[in-house]
Amino acid sequence: METIFIEKFKEILEISDRNLELTDKFREYDEWNSLVFLSLIAMIDEEFDVIIEGKEFKKLETVGEIIEAIKVAQN
Amino acid sequence: MAFQYIKNVKIEGIAACVPSRIEENSGLSLFATPEEYQRFVDTTGIERRHVVSDGICASDLCFEAAEKLIADLGWSKPEIDCLIFVSQTPDYRLPATACVLQERLGLSKECMSLDISLGCSGWVYGITTLAALLAGGQLKKGLLLVGDTVTVTKSPLDKSTYPLFGDAGTATALAYSPDAVGIQSCLYTDGGNYEAIIIEDGGARHPVTPESFVMKEYENGSIRNRLQSYLDGSSVFTFGISKAPQCVNNLIEHFGLNRETVDYFLFHQANMLMNEKIRTKLKLPAEKVPYILKDFGNTSSTSIPLTMVHSLKDEISQEKRNFIACGFGVGLSWGAVAFETNKIVCSELIKI
Repeated sequence: METIFIEKFKEILEISDRNLELTDKFREYDEWNSLVFLSLIAMIDEEFDVIIEGKEFKKLETVGEIIEAIKVAQN
Repeated sequence: MAFQYIKNVKIEGIAACVPSRIEENSGLSLFATPEEYQRFVDTTGIERRHVVSDGICASDLCFEAAEKLIADLGWSKPEIDCLIFVSQTPDYRLPATACVLQERLGLSKECMSLDISLGCSGWVYGITTLAALLAGGQLKKGLLLVGDTVTVTKSPLDKSTYPLFGDAGTATALAYSPDAVGIQSCLYTDGGNYEAIIIEDGGARHPVTPESFVMKEYENGSIRNRLQSYLDGSSVFTFGISKAPQCVNNLIEHFGLNRETVDYFLFHQANMLMNEKIRTKLKLPAEKVPYILKDFGNTSSTSIPLTMVHSLKDEISQEKRNFIACGFGVGLSWGAVAFETNKIVCSELIKI
């Protein structure tokens, strides 16, 4: 699941020349913007059948924390 | 549970008016590079928008639509017993814009007139309210005027909202008719998220002060003051992609509707990413879900009737069609309505 998430997230960010780390603070990526954010929420809904509410998402800081939030919501 | 099956009412006609002035998103200095503009278009689908010139109100656009529709229907004005104006951009804090329109349209003083303060869910709420008032058979004819000039509430320096919105006004004519199939509707509210789309100052809660005019920069780089509208994109996006499909499914299940016999599903159109997400979640074929985002943007309460006038005019004038429409937005407020049009009057799109 982690691998799928990271691959899909890289596609949204249009990153092909480097890997994402679980400890990365995703809002600090140069590629991060409001459109990337919407695409990310849509991707999580589509791939993992999970909707992360706006208020909840604001608390997430790292790539790993998004993955954890998806896992928690799935269980 | 606000499920309502309202019989004895039919839609007789529909009209819409947009400002003739067009603003091309490609020309906005908000986008730093052509690549940034391209990403915006790829995601939102919005290339241009009809934008009012200074001094034009939603009521002016609705007035034009109403005059044309009344003429095309051949209604006589004294027959109109009820006028509902739905908007988030009324003429005044008081009086109700519906009262101003009653006089301006030359309607009878015996016409019941009221405003409803709703945005993107406004047409669905408005048609349900008007149908319920007419269903008793004592009021015979009613006009639903739904319009918004959202562009005047946005800061031109707010990249997260300014390029998304366009202006429009519409008129929908309903009549009491004992043999009509009526409409089926379901309506919802979540006031817990009232701050997700808000103009903070200028009402009784936070009256205008000198601070209301101070332009402030927010974390996403947008710059606005407290008299301009704020939109929490993340909350509204998750709201839209979860509640819109859910309420359409609820409507279908509750009333035992057959989705195969629905000719068109008309959604409030916010942006392409959100709307396509909603469409694919409901597994609807693209040809049943018309969009006007490319040339009109997000037109708030008018998305649904404007799409009918712009994209389906000939079809609904000549054939019988079944629809499900779904609106969702500020409030937060959302709902869906199933209805039929049977060779209705659909006026040519007006541009002023």
